[in-house]
Amino acid sequence: MAPAPLAVDLSAVRKQFGHVEAVRGIDLAIGSGEVVAFLGPNGAGKTSTIDMILGLSKPSSGAVSVYGMEPGEAVRRGLVSAVLQNGGLLKDLTVEETVRYVANLFVKTRRVKEVLERAGIAEIAGRLVAKCSGGEQQRLRFAIALLPDPELLILDEPTQGMDVEGRREFWRAIRHDADRGRTIVFATHYLEEADSYADRIVLIRRGELVADGTAVEVKSLAAGRTVRATLPGATERSFAGLKCAADVEVRGNTVVIQTSDPDAVARYLLNETDAHDLEITARGLEDAFLALTGDDEPGGR
Amino acid sequence: MSLSSSELMARATPRFGGFKPVLVRLEIRRLLRNKRTLLFTMVVPVVFFLLFGLNSAYAGERAGRGNVSAFIMISLALYGAVLATTGGGAMVSTERIVGWSRQLRVTPLSPVAYIVTKMLTSLVLGLSSLAVVYAAGIVVHKPSMPLYVWITTAACVWIGSSLFAAFGLFVGYLLPSENVMQVVGFALMLFSFGGGLFIPLSQFSPLLRTIATYTPLYGLNQLVHYPLIGGPLNWTWVLNLLAWLVIFVAGASLGFRRDTARV
Repeated sequence: MAPAPLAVDLSAVRKQFGHVEAVRGIDLAIGSGEVVAFLGPNGAGKTSTIDMILGLSKPSSGAVSVYGMEPGEAVRRGLVSAVLQNGGLLKDLTVEETVRYVANLFVKTRRVKEVLERAGIAEIAGRLVAKCSGGEQQRLRFAIALLPDPELLILDEPTQGMDVEGRREFWRAIRHDADRGRTIVFATHYLEEADSYADRIVLIRRGELVADGTAVEVKSLAAGRTVRATLPGATERSFAGLKCAADVEVRGNTVVIQTSDPDAVARYLLNETDAHDLEITARGLEDAFLALTGDDEPGGR
Repeated sequence: MSLSSSELMARATPRFGGFKPVLVRLEIRRLLRNKRTLLFTMVVPVVFFLLFGLNSAYAGERAGRGNVSAFIMISLALYGAVLATTGGGAMVSTERIVGWSRQLRVTPLSPVAYIVTKMLTSLVLGLSSLAVVYAAGIVVHKPSMPLYVWITTAACVWIGSSLFAAFGLFVGYLLPSENVMQVVGFALMLFSFGGGLFIPLSQFSPLLRTIATYTPLYGLNQLVHYPLIGGPLNWTWVLNLLAWLVIFVAGASLGFRRDTARV
């Protein structure tokens, strides 16, 4: 049997809108069953990348394949579906009619009632879309996305504009459904969302992939740890020879060193100097995010 | 979960680009919920007919194979049907703005099947509008013409109005705005005057009458009355109709192509 094709395979993908380069050469391979977060600030190129994975736009250069086929083909076969950030709904249909409408477009789908229940909107099935709240409409989009029972589900900023409780509820529904081994790719700029729901985080900044790994790996990538110690009389210059220190800051009697090798820094401080009260802390994902995506300029999506 | 290629290919793509008649039914249900559409395509033409088509001063006068009341009924049936089909076509505009077209793009529905659905919906709506006006004509028992003229004029109105579904699509792609129907309604009002649907062109000044012969409803209006009026066929009517058909279809397909390229 031939090896299973990758769920998503991007190679050297670029996307240009006029003079703006929204995606500047992304290579990315996502295997079956992975839950991946695209994390990055607004305008980083997340939506542009997702649009290309869904066949909504074509890359200016590079190649995109989904399950070894052209994205549009994967969509037509119901292998991939999506909750789009700016996907609209028809206000003059009811929730159930909307799902039924879309169900009729596919060759084979899950039952309408089943997806309504999965998305937690079975009790408002008869309501007009115009009368649904933002959160309810988002669940309706989710229900629609579940219809073809896709192998790959893409969610673009799925919980934007929801309150904390709504967000939690939404993720509960997705998690519940993901147990069957579906591949999930979601874009977010909520760190905590990426941290708690993804197995793998892909950090995107200004159209480029700046980090790729588990939450722990991404955190350590961003110049990892802070070593802090009390050392009277220290000057920044006295650490000039310490190669493993990325940044040294002296505040009175305290020295603060940023490093990716905290062990070496600690060894040096304790062995070679009079430093005491040594403390090593990991930076939070928030810091990693800021360190990796900082000085972001507004650009195209 | 590991998937083999054969498992992936086992999922089929739909026939006819995802088109199914049930889609037309759902679209019609949407339209029926829209009070404004109903008012303008079903109620207004009937009211106009009752206002202008029954006036005893002229309604009973002879007009070709029937009477003036029948003539006016045909005009207003055309007006209603054209409003309906244009409105059906212009729906694409609203659907693009709210992002529904984008949502559909991640389903197997092909852009062509989407347009076909809209066209068929327009045709059903146009037929309903026409049927309501003709039904009113039968009920009030004033329009008189041979049975075959009832049938042929109805058929001409219906087929002819389908051309305006392309006009609706054209405008819908051209003016992406939620109130595209206001623009369209105003344009159709002008076209209707130009085509002589409301006032006979013989009452216009010579200059206005010349201008009117170039407007999009002129040829069609003359042709749908032809089974009633008879006489020699004026080829400028056909020319007018064909010219506008080419313009609308070309405009609509240009807009469509630009739209699918961009999403």
